[in-house]
Amino acid sequence: MSSQHPEQQAEQAADRLPAQRPEDRSEQPIARMGMFGISGSGDTSGYGGLVVRQAPKVSSPRPFGGPDGAAEEGEFDEVADALERLLPAFGEAVERIVVHRGELTLHVRREHLLEVARTLRDAPELRYEMCMGVSGVHYPADEGAELHAVYPLLSITHNRRIRLDVSCPDSDPHIPSLVGIYPTDDWHERETFDFFGIVFDGHPALTRIMMPDDWVGHPQRKDYPLGGIPVEYRGAEIPPPDQRRSYT
Amino acid sequence: MSPSTKYTEYDAYAAAAEEAAEGRVFDVNGQDWDQVVADARDSGDERLVVNMGPQHPSTHGVLRLILTLDGETVDECRLGIGYLHTGIEKNMEYRTWTQGATFVTRMDYLAPIFNETAYALGVEKLLGITDRIPERASIIRVMMMELNRISSHLVAIATFGLELGATTVMLNGFIEREYTLDLFEEITGLRMNMAYVRPGGVAQDLPSGAMSKLRDYLDRMPERLRAMRKLMDDNPVYKARTKDIAYLDLTGCTALGITGPILRSTGIPWDLRKSQPYCGYETYDFEVATETTCDVYGRYLVRMKEMEESLKIVEQCVERLQTVKGPVMIEDKKIGWPAQLAIGADGMGNSPRHIAHIMGTSMEALIHHFKLVTEGFRVPAGQVYTPVESPRGELGAHLVSDGGTRPYRVHFREPSFTNLQAAPAMAEGGMVADVIAAVASIDPVMGGVDR
Repeated sequence: MSSQHPEQQAEQAADRLPAQRPEDRSEQPIARMGMFGISGSGDTSGYGGLVVRQAPKVSSPRPFGGPDGAAEEGEFDEVADALERLLPAFGEAVERIVVHRGELTLHVRREHLLEVARTLRDAPELRYEMCMGVSGVHYPADEGAELHAVYPLLSITHNRRIRLDVSCPDSDPHIPSLVGIYPTDDWHERETFDFFGIVFDGHPALTRIMMPDDWVGHPQRKDYPLGGIPVEYRGAEIPPPDQRRSYT
Repeated sequence: MSPSTKYTEYDAYAAAAEEAAEGRVFDVNGQDWDQVVADARDSGDERLVVNMGPQHPSTHGVLRLILTLDGETVDECRLGIGYLHTGIEKNMEYRTWTQGATFVTRMDYLAPIFNETAYALGVEKLLGITDRIPERASIIRVMMMELNRISSHLVAIATFGLELGATTVMLNGFIEREYTLDLFEEITGLRMNMAYVRPGGVAQDLPSGAMSKLRDYLDRMPERLRAMRKLMDDNPVYKARTKDIAYLDLTGCTALGITGPILRSTGIPWDLRKSQPYCGYETYDFEVATETTCDVYGRYLVRMKEMEESLKIVEQCVERLQTVKGPVMIEDKKIGWPAQLAIGADGMGNSPRHIAHIMGTSMEALIHHFKLVTEGFRVPAGQVYTPVESPRGELGAHLVSDGGTRPYRVHFREPSFTNLQAAPAMAEGGMVADVIAAVASIDPVMGGVDR
């Protein structure tokens, strides 16, 4: 902890996230290796055999507070309480709750995604009537939960936001489709399927949307190469962006 | 088969004509139209599948519409997109957080400042420096966004007029947009794709001549908007083409995730500038434009009203910029760009004074500059979603960081992409001519749809 700036420590305390300390990370699987970018040692050359580990899976303790980051009970507690009251399988469905940077994230198990989403949409005290799409994220080092689908939800009624984070393993990339609950996810799920290969079960027509129909592979996964060719600039050869020197 | 031949020589569409699932395929590749019509008549099929686009002037870029027609009535409308996909989100994973601004600005190319602001707000939230952005930078951001809203709405209305056959509207709209772009050029050095709003603030302060140019603009614009209103508001032809066309009510909007002018034309005053303010919008005096007609005409009126409100906001910004002085980039040497930028004869670049300083007098400044520019700053791990009210609706940036100097994942929730899903709901059951009006009232920008 000593390597951290006091201001940074205070910020993390405000987020009430216990992790992100080097000792918390040391048990985690290695996410990336590099040459440059080591920090926290006396070596100022920048070269130190960088090892980046997967961020630990933390959950925030109560009270969750609200978007303003206050430490007492707030909007996020109301949402969590209401959901716990209305959803019999709350403990099973919601893996963990993270409050970070004034945003509430519910990590939902995929088996329970539909009932969680339906409750969030239909219950008058929650009423997240709009889904703001799906964003896929690929964490190759996160074994058993490589692929994530992230759903930002919006409640116009209560002027609130929440985020659902659902994961599935690469070996079984299936997540139930939310099109039946939020029809807007039609194209968004097609896009996430196209780019990440997550199969949304129950989608009416899960086809590619951006890439050509006969494309092979899912281009926004981390294991899919960026492509590109070296170019000459003023006599020097510049490698493509994914092969240039990286610092982190 | 080696991978290269697999990708280059295989043509998935080569045999399409012979393998049509049903019916006969008519190609229109420059032969006599009379012959095509005669052939279609002879076939005796009442249903006609028409492929509109992807190169059709009325579809705002490379949008493909597949219409099943029964006479003049649209039975089914399907959309094909992806022709402008450039992999911006993937590319950003290989650049620093600051370089990302150069990429996001190219997504929705009619509203570049909004893309940049949504992205910059996201990075700042991840860094936890939202409260430390200088006030002057926030005012400039708001001013640029509102100017951009005007230029974007002008294109929406101008192209709309063109698509309904009125070149006067198109010329008027584009002239006014040109004046707005002149302001952008004066302030940022570029007319489009400026990468002006950056994590930590904006790239540079206003140049000396900008304030008088802004005032000229504010003097001129209200009269010009009034002239456009005179041309359109009560024009019987225009109203006949837009009233009660492409109806979509609040229920439809909620289900389909529609935001922006389309949502506000259903009577709900949902505007993120009011409901979830950012960049200090809560301190500006303006109204949210709404209509209750749920049709194309209502969306037009909302856009006109929004331009007038935007002018009010720009006026307040100009007022404030006279008194609020100070830096336009965060005063944190570990994050803020090391150089004040300046506009030279060849565009924007590091100011000559800064170059003289790092090259001539301070080795440490040179090292610092080099490290921050090549390596970039680190952003703490986490994910955020930052929405802004773009001219087309909610533009949200979902940013994921793993603690490095590059974004781990960037995804934009594009209002064009989401709103375009409403086209079938608006067009099916109507006349084929109204499809154009429906798509134009959505105002999709394919650069944003496909990214």
